[in-house]
Amino acid sequence: MQVGLTHYLVVSAILLVLGIFGIFLNRKNVIIILMSIELILLAVNLNFVAFSAALNDLAGQVFAMFVLTVAAAEAAIGLAIVLIYFRNRGSIQVEDVNLMKG
Amino acid sequence: MIPSILFYLFSVVLLASAAMVVSARNPVHSVLFLILSFFNAAALFLIAGAEFLAMILVIVYVGAVAVLFLFVVMMLDVDFAQLRSGFQRYLPVGATVGAVLFIELTLVLGGWRLAPESAALRLSPTPTQFSNTEAIGRVLYTDYILLFQLAGLVLLVAMIGAIVLTLRDRKTSRHQSIRRQTERTVAETLELVEMSLGAGVPQADFYRPKPEPEPAEETHAGGHHGH
Repeated sequence: MQVGLTHYLVVSAILLVLGIFGIFLNRKNVIIILMSIELILLAVNLNFVAFSAALNDLAGQVFAMFVLTVAAAEAAIGLAIVLIYFRNRGSIQVEDVNLMKG
Repeated sequence: MIPSILFYLFSVVLLASAAMVVSARNPVHSVLFLILSFFNAAALFLIAGAEFLAMILVIVYVGAVAVLFLFVVMMLDVDFAQLRSGFQRYLPVGATVGAVLFIELTLVLGGWRLAPESAALRLSPTPTQFSNTEAIGRVLYTDYILLFQLAGLVLLVAMIGAIVLTLRDRKTSRHQSIRRQTERTVAETLELVEMSLGAGVPQADFYRPKPEPEPAEETHAGGHHGH
């Protein structure tokens, strides 16, 4: 049997669900939440690549590259925010973040 | 046959390591499992024929993003056991939401099929005579040049943002204040003194500090007068 589009879609659906599950599970740890977001974006990329391969269309791979770019930028900014938050408050509890104003 | 065996192998490892990312006790282990899942996703990309993206995934994600995560996890001195305290409490909600989402996704997947005219709607059909990297380069720098430049802009903004956010202004660091420099006037810094003829410098006593009273034991006589 051949590896088809459906296989990829199932794998990426499970990966997306795992990422969202991780956000719910680690409600307090911002770093794990950022990693879960990376997993979700990876699932999206997997979908793009699978459709690109199935339809013989390169646009999906190009778009997956832009998703990769945005994900890298998001990780850098998110970790910088975590860093200054930790510097100011000495913790990375998500519950305290609503005190962050200005 | 071989590709499907490899596909199952890599996807099982990918999903298992993704599950370990969200449930590992130690965040360093989470990052390491994240790296493993990126490697396996890159292998899945390779099986799908997207070689360039697979290499980009390894370089960008494993080489930059995951190392960045590792850096931050190890740099922050956080009590991670305390952060995990609500783990059991959030488990049912997370499992419910995940299960509902997964059921919805499978329902969508079950009722979905490729439209027959989708082959005619392709934006940039994959050329057969080029390799994957060359084909991506041919469309990326022509049809998608605007998006390419905008992606570069996004990265620039992210870089400047990360630097501005984390740059700390230390009290001890010496900055050049250009406004202060240009605002200085001659009267502020320079004092003109009228000296009488033959009086000599020592009698105008602002040129050097007044001589301190000498200590009685005379251990290092004259040592202070240099400044």
